[in-house]
Amino acid sequence: MGLQAYLTLAAVVFCIGLFGVITRRNTIGILLGIELMLNSVNINLVAFARYLGDVTGMVFAVFAICITVTEAALGLAIVILLFRIRRTVIADQLDLLKG
Amino acid sequence: MMAGNGTLALAALLLHALAFLVLAVAAPLRRLGRPAAYVSILCAAGSLGGAVLSWRAHTGETISRLVWTWLPSEGQTLATVGVLADADSTVMLVLVALVSLLVQVYSLGYLSDEPPPALGRYYTYQSLFAFSMMGLVLAPNFLQLFMCWELVGLCSYLLIGFWYQRPAAQRAALKAFWITKAGDVGFLIGIVLLWRHTGTFDLTEMRMLADNGALPLAGLSVMMFCVYLGAVGKSAQFPLHIWLPDAMEGPTPVSALIHAATMVTAGVYLLHRTSWLFALTPDVLAIVAWVGAFTALLSAVLACVQNDIKRVLAYSTVSQLSYMMAAIGAGFSAAGFFHLLTHGVFKALLFLGAGAVIHAVHSNDLADMGGLARRMPQTAIVFIVGALSLAGLPLFAGFLSKEEILGATLAGGFMGPFLVLIVVAFLTAFYMFRVVFLAFYGAGAPAAAPAVGAGHAAVHDAHDAGAHGHATPHRVDEPTASMLLPLWVLALLSVGIGVYFTFVHPEPEFTSPAWLMPLAVGSAVAGIGLAWATYQRRAIDAARLAAAFGPIYRGALKRFWIDDLFERVYLQVILGFSRLIGWIDRYLVDGVLNVLSAWTVSAGDDMRTMQSGRAQDYVYGVAVGLLVILLWVQFG
Repeated sequence: MGLQAYLTLAAVVFCIGLFGVITRRNTIGILLGIELMLNSVNINLVAFARYLGDVTGMVFAVFAICITVTEAALGLAIVILLFRIRRTVIADQLDLLKG
Repeated sequence: MMAGNGTLALAALLLHALAFLVLAVAAPLRRLGRPAAYVSILCAAGSLGGAVLSWRAHTGETISRLVWTWLPSEGQTLATVGVLADADSTVMLVLVALVSLLVQVYSLGYLSDEPPPALGRYYTYQSLFAFSMMGLVLAPNFLQLFMCWELVGLCSYLLIGFWYQRPAAQRAALKAFWITKAGDVGFLIGIVLLWRHTGTFDLTEMRMLADNGALPLAGLSVMMFCVYLGAVGKSAQFPLHIWLPDAMEGPTPVSALIHAATMVTAGVYLLHRTSWLFALTPDVLAIVAWVGAFTALLSAVLACVQNDIKRVLAYSTVSQLSYMMAAIGAGFSAAGFFHLLTHGVFKALLFLGAGAVIHAVHSNDLADMGGLARRMPQTAIVFIVGALSLAGLPLFAGFLSKEEILGATLAGGFMGPFLVLIVVAFLTAFYMFRVVFLAFYGAGAPAAAPAVGAGHAAVHDAHDAGAHGHATPHRVDEPTASMLLPLWVLALLSVGIGVYFTFVHPEPEFTSPAWLMPLAVGSAVAGIGLAWATYQRRAIDAARLAAAFGPIYRGALKRFWIDDLFERVYLQVILGFSRLIGWIDRYLVDGVLNVLSAWTVSAGDDMRTMQSGRAQDYVYGVAVGLLVILLWVQFG
């Protein structure tokens, strides 16, 4: 398979993730969407590393996965705290920044 | 150019400045009162000496000019200060020095009841007043003249309001200041226009231009009219004459000073000083003559109905100043200037005499006087000398100068003003001898002298000579020596000048018809006769006489509503203007700002709905924005 297929897959995964972030009402769903978007980036990194025969991209991908994990952990922690304070995790109701 | 003679005039000027500075700076000396007065009087005496010597040295065409550069500008001199001494300015200098010295001596007695600090303040102002007037008289250019002109106005404000605790005095001082200021604005505009026209402030340079015919005539009339406006304010010409009678609120010696030598004479002096400029603008001169004649008549009529002895004299000053103005307007400013000098002497005499009476009677009201000739014979004699001079009888100071003015208006071809002035001569004699008969003759008991307009005392502001407010039963005595001495000096001068000029006729610039002198003297004698018949013999009833002139009499009691008119116009104009400004501020200026702020508020209100506070909306916005940018980069 050529590079094109991997890039297309990454773009599709990215769009699905973005769609999830924008449309999910549950905050945990939004976090999942963010995970998808980050992983599509990882796909890109790995695909280009293979294509160019350079391991730097792979190393970057490993770092990115680590950051993704910590980000997910922090995100979930925030959601739990939010739930404790507001008794809800529905994004529409979390509008304290409303002007 | 004789510098030595100029120095004398300069010394006369600076002595008063010295007295002022010493008294102004040395506050402990000033608060001592009498010693401060002695310092001021000493300087005034020295100043008189310098003025007389300088006058003797400047007969004929001698001119000394001492100037220093004051404002340099681009290689040339914009303005100078100094003295310009010639025959006219030095004789005026003598008058100012003489009257201010005599007034200062007289004030020692008149203001003896004042507390020492107030007396010191009084003499400080007096010195400044004399200095400013002398600076004006000797000014070599318009700029110095204007500054001294304003200083004179300031000093008269300070001295009219000397008893500043009294509301009437405050009002009068402010009125004098503002009314003259109205004229001064015109004067300043005139000076600046003249400077643009001729390129100089200097009187001598300007005169050379005028004599060489190098002065463009276009627009000169407007400038000279503006300069004349200044004189209208200072010399109390209609319609700005209203401040002068109110200025009577000041101490009587101050009135003498203002009326005889400083302040009001400045306007006439200015017109005389610049007569060669006015000669180029006959249309302005015609205005001067007609306004002068009108003011003379108006104020003479007003003087006839006053019950306050000082107000009679005040209106008579307005009237006599207008006489001088009429002569200047007719083109013979020397005649007006001559009358200015003689008038200075006998008007100072009359005011100081009136002051002696007020000091003794403790009232300004003619109704409180009567029969004073028996109790104050010396005062009576000098006052009558002054009255005869003012009426213009032969052998007295006013005789020749008055006749010259009448001749001047006739020679200038001003028939209307001439006839008016003849009537005024009659009225002058009448109102002066009304005062003489009411105050010095007749029954001595108070309230036994029914004046014209008794019962109509509305015009008359009740003020009893200020500081002397103690109980009414008192002895009426001759004043002290310090007051009598100036009176006698002035009386002798009045007679001396009169006798001297009866025998030594100065060369007149014009020929008057032979019938003029009998006519002038006849009208004066007729006025005296009418006053005698009305107030001494009581052959003519004063009330019936008043009734014969019904509307004029009633109008005169109300000062012909001119003061009311001023007040009304002033109120209407100022209030109307303020209301207009207020409306503009409230509705236009504030309105624009209010609309702008309302727009800002509503725009903010509309925009805040964009801020939903939901994180997903923002992500959506970022995504759409990114997409748009991507598409734009790709296909734009």
